[in-house]
Amino acid sequence: MRGKLKQSRFEKHHIEDFIGRSYMSFCVLLLVVIIISMVYFVASKGVSTFISGDVTVSQFLFGTKWSPEAETPSFGAFPFIAGSFLVTFLAALIASPLSICAALFMTEIVPGWGKKLLQPVIELLSGIPSVVYGFIGLSVIVPFLRNTFPGQGIGVAAGALVLSVMILPTITSVAADALSSLPQNLKESSFALGATRWQTISRVIIPTTLPAIMTGVVLGMARAFGEALAVQMVIGNAPFIPRSLFESASTLTSVITLGMGNTTMGSAHNNALWSMALVLMLMTFVFIFLVRLLERRNKI
Amino acid sequence: MQFRKSWIMTLALTSVVALAACGNNTTTNNGGNNGAATNAPTEASSGADISGSILASGSTALQPLVEQVAEKFMETNTGVDIQVQGGGSGTGLTQVAEKQVDIGNSDVFAEEKLKDADADKAAALVDHQVAVVGISTVTHPETGVDGLTKQQLVDIFTGKVTNWKEVGGADQKIQIINRPGSSGTRATYESFALGMKTEDLQGSIQEDSSGTVKKMIGETPGAIGYLGLSYLDDSVKAISYDGVEPSVDNVISGKYPVWAYEHMYTNGEPNETVKAFLDYFMTDEVQTGDVVELGYIPASKMQVSRDLEGNVTTK
Repeated sequence: MRGKLKQSRFEKHHIEDFIGRSYMSFCVLLLVVIIISMVYFVASKGVSTFISGDVTVSQFLFGTKWSPEAETPSFGAFPFIAGSFLVTFLAALIASPLSICAALFMTEIVPGWGKKLLQPVIELLSGIPSVVYGFIGLSVIVPFLRNTFPGQGIGVAAGALVLSVMILPTITSVAADALSSLPQNLKESSFALGATRWQTISRVIIPTTLPAIMTGVVLGMARAFGEALAVQMVIGNAPFIPRSLFESASTLTSVITLGMGNTTMGSAHNNALWSMALVLMLMTFVFIFLVRLLERRNKI
Repeated sequence: MQFRKSWIMTLALTSVVALAACGNNTTTNNGGNNGAATNAPTEASSGADISGSILASGSTALQPLVEQVAEKFMETNTGVDIQVQGGGSGTGLTQVAEKQVDIGNSDVFAEEKLKDADADKAAALVDHQVAVVGISTVTHPETGVDGLTKQQLVDIFTGKVTNWKEVGGADQKIQIINRPGSSGTRATYESFALGMKTEDLQGSIQEDSSGTVKKMIGETPGAIGYLGLSYLDDSVKAISYDGVEPSVDNVISGKYPVWAYEHMYTNGEPNETVKAFLDYFMTDEVQTGDVVELGYIPASKMQVSRDLEGNVTTK
């Protein structure tokens, strides 16, 4: 009786195991298929611009004139590539110090109520839809910039400011995770040597967790690079390299979202937009590669 | 512990099933639609009420009107299911040309978008002009200008004139708020107000939606742009064009030239269900009701008509 019971339990366990394993393999397989097909789709559509002979790769990447609907269309995407990098780096520059300070505050300065207060706020920030950020940018940041600086407020600076708020939670949460996972004895030995809290933070904690914090910064930049809607609303979308921070410019994503619906599939304009999507995808790969690289350094 | 495990398992499984169902749904939906579209004539010709499903996609400018009319149509014809999607004129034309949808909504003639290699696709499409949209030149309220001539507008939009005082207004820099190069509204404005295609200028601003354009023009000192007549209110100033006020009556009589048709394209002649829906669009009830209510101009009231080349003839 007892042996039988054991036997059946054993079988049930096996069945469960089998179901679990096949379900998991199915999920993994699905994921791989989805990723491969997406990469294939974007790549095949993206290279059609160059295959059809409308534009060469270097004309596309380094050309500065974008007028796809003109009599003799030209497809130079350089202003958008430059715009994307510009807003991304500016946003990271604004957001990184703020995020690192917030993370330090949460983990080192006031771990108790500081974390209880900040964590939900930061989670809230990451949950707000990007169209809301765009609208706040349009209603608050743009008029502020217009009244304070020369120009119309719309432009690279507005885009970078909106983006910096959007990537704040990403960097903060990764940095906070890294800081809280730091071995306690490192801090304790630093204090034992007579170091102050500031000395401990600046000489011990930050240098040790820097690769992990950088991972957060790169992840934030990846998000900033791919963000479309909020930036599109405040950046102005003129296809030029901006001469000042307060002048209208474009990013890859803003041009894609503006043009995709209004062009017909297979037209040269539409193909050029897909090529931009390909550039965006390749950039995402670069960001992921960077994160991997940092993670490897982190382990040592 | 075990309870929790199985619970998580169930949750994960349901989500995957739901996902799979979603995936299936879209494919069968498209297929089903085509099937329904071909079946519909036989059902309708047998004397029964019209039934079937219609899928429309395209122009976001036309979308609210089509949605409202579709809802009314479905109330009286309970056997019909109409779905309206946005996506833009280009998407609508592509999808109707590839028979993915029954109706492709567009702000521009199909021939203007489907060019060169796709020209034969445009030839297969049948045009149904359901409404007209008038487009007005709009400025910030404090520019001191009440009207501009065609030449003055061309000078502004090509960057020759950069200050309002050069066209009789305040001493203020002109800020152009444009639509993206592929926009149907921009194409209409360029061909009928400016008479030429313009290049984007350094420092000009492009916004995609009419709502944002209105907000920007109302808030930016010295701004100029263009908006559909239905968007006009006190926050912006609509100025006259060559001395003609942009108004619905002036569009109808043909005095004000900056307007465009809203097209609903079908691939070949529409089947009975789609035809019934498009016919309903042209009834007085819709033309003088919903069309006017949502700020469009009834196509049936127009005293002039215009062809693809832009030749205007009096009806």
